[in-house]
Amino acid sequence: MKLFSRFIPSSRMRQVPKSVTVHAVLLAYTVIALFPIIVVVINAFKERRAIFRDPLGLPDSDSFTLVGFQQVLLRSDFGLYSWNSLVVTILAVGLVLLLGAMAAWALTEYKFKGNLLITFLFAMGIMIPIRLGTVSILSLMVNLDLVNTLTALVLVYIAQGLPLAVYILSEFVRTIPKELTEAARCDSVSEYKIFFCVILPLLKPAMATVAVFTMIPIWNDLWFPLILAPGEETRTITLGVQQFVGQYVTDWNSVLSALTLAIVPVLILYTIFSRQLIRGLTSGAVK
Amino acid sequence: MASVKLNNIKKRFGDVDVLHGIDLDIKDGEFVVLIGESGCGKSTLLRLLSGLEDITEGDLYIDDERVNGRSPAKRGIAMVFQSYALYPHMNVFKNMAFGLKISGKDKAFVNNKVMEAAKKLKIDHLLERLPRELSGGQRQRVAIGRAIVRDPKVFLFDEPLSNLDASLRVQTRVELGKLHQELKATVVYVTHDQVEAMTLGDKIVVMNKGRVEQVGAPLDLYHHPKTQFVAGFIGSPKMNFLKAKISQSGAENTQLVLESGRVIQASIDTSSLNQGDIVQLGMRPEHMALNCESNIVEGKVTLIEHLGELSYLYVDIGQEGEMVLKVDGDNQHQAGDKITFGIQPNRLYLFDHQGKALTRVNAHTSATILL
Repeated sequence: MKLFSRFIPSSRMRQVPKSVTVHAVLLAYTVIALFPIIVVVINAFKERRAIFRDPLGLPDSDSFTLVGFQQVLLRSDFGLYSWNSLVVTILAVGLVLLLGAMAAWALTEYKFKGNLLITFLFAMGIMIPIRLGTVSILSLMVNLDLVNTLTALVLVYIAQGLPLAVYILSEFVRTIPKELTEAARCDSVSEYKIFFCVILPLLKPAMATVAVFTMIPIWNDLWFPLILAPGEETRTITLGVQQFVGQYVTDWNSVLSALTLAIVPVLILYTIFSRQLIRGLTSGAVK
Repeated sequence: MASVKLNNIKKRFGDVDVLHGIDLDIKDGEFVVLIGESGCGKSTLLRLLSGLEDITEGDLYIDDERVNGRSPAKRGIAMVFQSYALYPHMNVFKNMAFGLKISGKDKAFVNNKVMEAAKKLKIDHLLERLPRELSGGQRQRVAIGRAIVRDPKVFLFDEPLSNLDASLRVQTRVELGKLHQELKATVVYVTHDQVEAMTLGDKIVVMNKGRVEQVGAPLDLYHHPKTQFVAGFIGSPKMNFLKAKISQSGAENTQLVLESGRVIQASIDTSSLNQGDIVQLGMRPEHMALNCESNIVEGKVTLIEHLGELSYLYVDIGQEGEMVLKVDGDNQHQAGDKITFGIQPNRLYLFDHQGKALTRVNAHTSATILL
């Protein structure tokens, strides 16, 4: 301990118990959050019997197999499913960000009739789960002839993600000093240019935050793909995995392999956004 | 560059009247300072000029053209904000060039303009930096540079020096003065600092509760304030005010009695008032002298503030309260000392019960000394 204190200033020493507690809590949470993922990943590489015999054990030379991955990659349209998921997620997240930022800007910057009403509607959108409207959404999509298209999914996901995005981005827009917009107006910058050249770059960190938690539920969603786009051509990854889940027999090797592969793209997207997120959080802090 | 004319400008926020009819003429190339306490409407007036706020009533002319309802850009104004309002994600060059680029000027022209302004403001070595890498004074210069490159008809400054520390404020103030001489631009400058107003302004507009109290050259306001408010506002420390009663009115000489019975002679035209009328007597701290023979008052020093070249004496004169004197810095008085001081009759100011100034006769001003 004495040696320890030589390297750490005394004021920091006092904070050691606190920081131990904090780290213990964070570590516990990390274990809980990562546990199911790790179970999925290690079992994806095990033989069916080994999965049931010892679900938590690591694959060894006897139980190691890639049969699940072979099944997924060679006998199903995994590429198509991934592509569908990726297209839907990127389009939906992109549009949620753009429309959300525009709406947040308009609602906080401009005074117009119905401003309060629209804000209220967005607040309702946060409180009421969109799945309650599944039946009407389905009949609407049938009427619009959009069933079994990715467009249907993108539209629904925009509606699902927009309210919270608007809410969070509005808070950020409010922190942007009013003088900046006024200075731009004096600089004879048009309102569109003010939004795209001044406001949007300043919203980047906030948009990364919004992107992360708009993206995950869309990628993971099973409900709407199942209802709105169950056709072979428009299946997303989560739906594609379901073909290995049978009524009597489930091909666990394939299910777990498909899930393992499904984690990869979302992990990449998350890494991209979270780097932006951390940069945003720290950029103003150090002067 | 341009002239600006305000004709009965009014501003209402909901039911609240903020400006009650402002008339003002600003000549081409003039440096006009709007000054007043916070909440008097000076910043609102500036925002009306800029077009960031709508004019409720009245006419605004820039270069004899009515510009009510026009966007800031179309009025040909440039504004410098108290918080600088630099675009945080653009470097200095881009900050200054942004407005020009947006309006579609070609690259060489923009570069030239920005370089020229940057050299003028001595920020040409900072062009690659981001605003957060600049000091307060440098940021202020960039903000001014951003205004200059646009060649506006009118410059609007909203308390531009308030966020700077004291020494930098003085330095930037001097630079602003020089810059104005160089550019010969029409400037409207809002401040609450009367030193800035006096030093920079060709013309000062003193505002109070949404009205213009007085418009005039700095020394005019100092020597001939039209109201008690202006008299109290211009000058530091503030003018001392004492309640007095007229015991003998006259066109040239007036005799007054203070509450304690002290008799004061003042060279002020009070022919419009009667004997027994209550008035406010104004005395500037710098006009009262320890060795003056006329209008002698005695009192006890309660506090001394040393400023180096001069000192402020706070003197309790009994019934009438406390007065401030500005005296030489070498002066040896201490708190508790009894002192006598006086003031010449032609150094006094007098205000009637409505706060309107009475005409000073042979007022002792620098101008009269020259004559």
